[in-house]
Amino acid sequence: MRSPGSVRRLGFIAAFALVYALVTAFAENSYYQLILTVVPVWAVMGLAWNLFSGYSGLVSFGHAAFFGLGAYFVALAQIEWNLSPWLGIPCAGIVGGLAGLIIGLPTFRLRGHYFALAMLAYPLALLYVFEWLGYQELALPMVREHAARYMQFADHRLYAWIALALAVATMLVADRIERSRFGKSLVAIKQDEAAAEAAGIRTLEWKLRAIVLSGAVAGIAGGFYAVVLLVVTPAAVFGMLVSAQALIVTMFGGVGTLWGPVLGAVVLVPLSELLQANLGNVVPGIQGVVYGIAIIAVILLAPEGVFWKFKDILDRRRAPAAHADIVTSAGTPQTDQRPPRPEPGPTLLDVRHVSKSFGGLQAIRDVSLQVRSGEILGIIGPNGAGKTTLFNLLNGFIRPDSGSILLDGREVSGRRPYALCASGIGRTFQVVKPFRRMTVLDNVIVGAYVRARSDEEAQTLAMTALEAVGLQHAIGKLAGVLTNRELRLLELARALAGNPRILLLDETLAGLGATEVEDVTQVVRRLADRGITIVIIEHTMQAMVRLVDRFVVLDGGAVLTDGTPAEVTRDPAVVDAYLGKRWRTASA
Amino acid sequence: MEFDLPLFVENLLQSLVAGLLTGALYGLMCVGLSLIFGVMRVINFAQGDFMMLGMYAAYYAFGLLGAHALLGEAADPYLAALLAGPAVFVAGVAVHRFLVSRVTGMRGAALESEGHYAQLILTLGIALVLQNGGLFVFGSAPVSISTPLSSSAWDIGPLYGDMVEIFVNQGQTYAAIIAVVVVIAFVLLMGRSRLGKSLRAAADNPEAAVYMGIDVERAHRLAFGFGCAITAIGGGLLASGSPFQPYVGLEYVIIMYAGVVLGGLGSVSGAFFGGLTIGLVQQLSTLFLPIQLQNTAIFVVFLAIVLLRPQGLFGASLRRA
Repeated sequence: MRSPGSVRRLGFIAAFALVYALVTAFAENSYYQLILTVVPVWAVMGLAWNLFSGYSGLVSFGHAAFFGLGAYFVALAQIEWNLSPWLGIPCAGIVGGLAGLIIGLPTFRLRGHYFALAMLAYPLALLYVFEWLGYQELALPMVREHAARYMQFADHRLYAWIALALAVATMLVADRIERSRFGKSLVAIKQDEAAAEAAGIRTLEWKLRAIVLSGAVAGIAGGFYAVVLLVVTPAAVFGMLVSAQALIVTMFGGVGTLWGPVLGAVVLVPLSELLQANLGNVVPGIQGVVYGIAIIAVILLAPEGVFWKFKDILDRRRAPAAHADIVTSAGTPQTDQRPPRPEPGPTLLDVRHVSKSFGGLQAIRDVSLQVRSGEILGIIGPNGAGKTTLFNLLNGFIRPDSGSILLDGREVSGRRPYALCASGIGRTFQVVKPFRRMTVLDNVIVGAYVRARSDEEAQTLAMTALEAVGLQHAIGKLAGVLTNRELRLLELARALAGNPRILLLDETLAGLGATEVEDVTQVVRRLADRGITIVIIEHTMQAMVRLVDRFVVLDGGAVLTDGTPAEVTRDPAVVDAYLGKRWRTASA
Repeated sequence: MEFDLPLFVENLLQSLVAGLLTGALYGLMCVGLSLIFGVMRVINFAQGDFMMLGMYAAYYAFGLLGAHALLGEAADPYLAALLAGPAVFVAGVAVHRFLVSRVTGMRGAALESEGHYAQLILTLGIALVLQNGGLFVFGSAPVSISTPLSSSAWDIGPLYGDMVEIFVNQGQTYAAIIAVVVVIAFVLLMGRSRLGKSLRAAADNPEAAVYMGIDVERAHRLAFGFGCAITAIGGGLLASGSPFQPYVGLEYVIIMYAGVVLGGLGSVSGAFFGGLTIGLVQQLSTLFLPIQLQNTAIFVVFLAIVLLRPQGLFGASLRRA
């Protein structure tokens, strides 16, 4: 299936390849030919880095490990086994992929800075190991007969074309990944690992796949680089500048898009090479200075890279025209009357005597409550009452210290969030974290993967969910431009796309204006009317009174009381402990 | 090959002495890094390069002092190392003022993942500029501060019935003593002075510190400057022992982080002992491994430390929604 969008994207890649190939054809000077060869190599390295770090958000300072292993493999294989680089380079990909697996398995236990620093240690450790092994300088043997069989050409433009072919192949792979479940799952991990897991994504598995693929691509780049330079030294292939260059071309061009690394390499590599060639004698190290300044400038001026900066500027120019078609779905008239609600069914979720403490703080103490099928249950309580902790227990982020949680009568406490999501518990978060650079539709598709077997099915589920919350008009918008109300609806849709039986809504009404509250409330009620059981947390009661069938009031981690809205708002204990005197005087 | 016990004991003692002496300097450098992390919660990737600046500052200061023979040939290298502190302090404050402060503190909080991403990459850029700019300014040929003490040693022994004899390098010993004195002075400063208290308050709870009238931005700037300066003194002391060039900082980044993580993040005295331990590991590894692999040994120890402490840098990585 070829959509017009994919034809356009592939067209851009083809046009880029054609122009680059033509420019190369006219490059007579062997120095320019070398630059034209090196640019795609760094584009491929950037793409490799982007495949892993750009999409998943785990910063790697260690891609030189894969690059260097690939380079040394190709050189050693030709020296020791007379293996042609034509075969050696693909094998270097396998070596890089294996290295990715071996490095990824232990290192994914780390987060944030620890991960970045640990990744830095791998190539530096390898650097010393290769020096110790006596491979200070490996030269690829020159082959006199059948030189082409060993990728040795008199016409150096051939190297540039091979490099270009590698880059185009990597771009096509990146394009496929960007649009597939793979890419979207990684992006979901980047935006919020916890949310991704709650949406049913097996985060460790996807991260491992990403680092294996990324390591393989970097290994191929390194292998080819060895052939181009003919000499491999530990500092040149395992050095800091290799990892930094992969990261910098990507950050400069734009993270999370396949054009980012390509743009970065096309601009920065020739610039630094030419400066090095012309000023290198006077100003040694100018190459590194250029990369350093480029990355400092990008972080301070355009933190997401040049590509996105330009795209934002273009989008802003087009924006005035686009504003006209924003429609609010809040056309329905407001009523103060509660529509009749069906009687709730049997108990779906049964929480029995659950307790949880963090250090000395007892966050949840002996909480028991039942959620009945089809009802809307409101959980209220002041800040710190343990509401969000309760949700984290219900969807598997944390394990209870004691007590049990039964779904359909089966014990589920302690199961992983993605498993609970698959068995029908969906949730939203207090702080909405959509991926700003993804469209509304893609954001919701991520939530549909837990149910869907194919990308098409995921798209259908996502569309249904978007229609259910009334966001179908906004599917093509980037999530970054949505209003607060739309963001809340987007989160609802994302949770809904996994076809949950129970939806846990964490302060979905927070930060909304009065009309927006009414709007979102109606959406929630519509979902309930379709038979989805809803548990909603709020710390304000006003908006909830007309929405929920029943309240559970939490205070200090324990259940204070439960009952219908009418009962609870009149309960003196609730009024005193939670609502305060103002409510009593206001309602009196 | 027969196992030669006296030789092994001799090597062991010799490595222990060398490990303690270099470890004290690593410990001092770690204290600087730990201060920056402790107060600002920022990973400074360029810390090794500030150390490199400290080495060159000491080198040039030594050149100037040498002309006047201020304290005599023996003491000048240490005076030069201490002078590297204020010089790099100014550099650190400037780097914080114009670059780092734009992605940390209150401004960092507004960025994606609280600016951690931006901080890592910004300091990487600073590291690249310092390393490669250093190549231009200082030249690529390795230099060192030569002092008569660095080639003289106390001879201890013979012990163990004439068979064991160890040498304690005099230059390194004085350097280690100065490092320990600087650490103690700094710990006292942090504990007793008004400045130390405001730094600790800013570290503990920046928001509350602001309400208490503490200029958190200034506290961060001072912490960054002091952190760079302390590491620079460590570098300056190290400079009289071995030759160095502008790229020297990179491997010390790992050494310093290994020490800081080992000592418990944010703990100043812990960082010192962490650095000391890393020095011991580095020197003792030469008993079993070829000398080229001593840094690989540190990296492996570093990886082991971070992998066995999976709770992550930012305290409990308890997953909260």
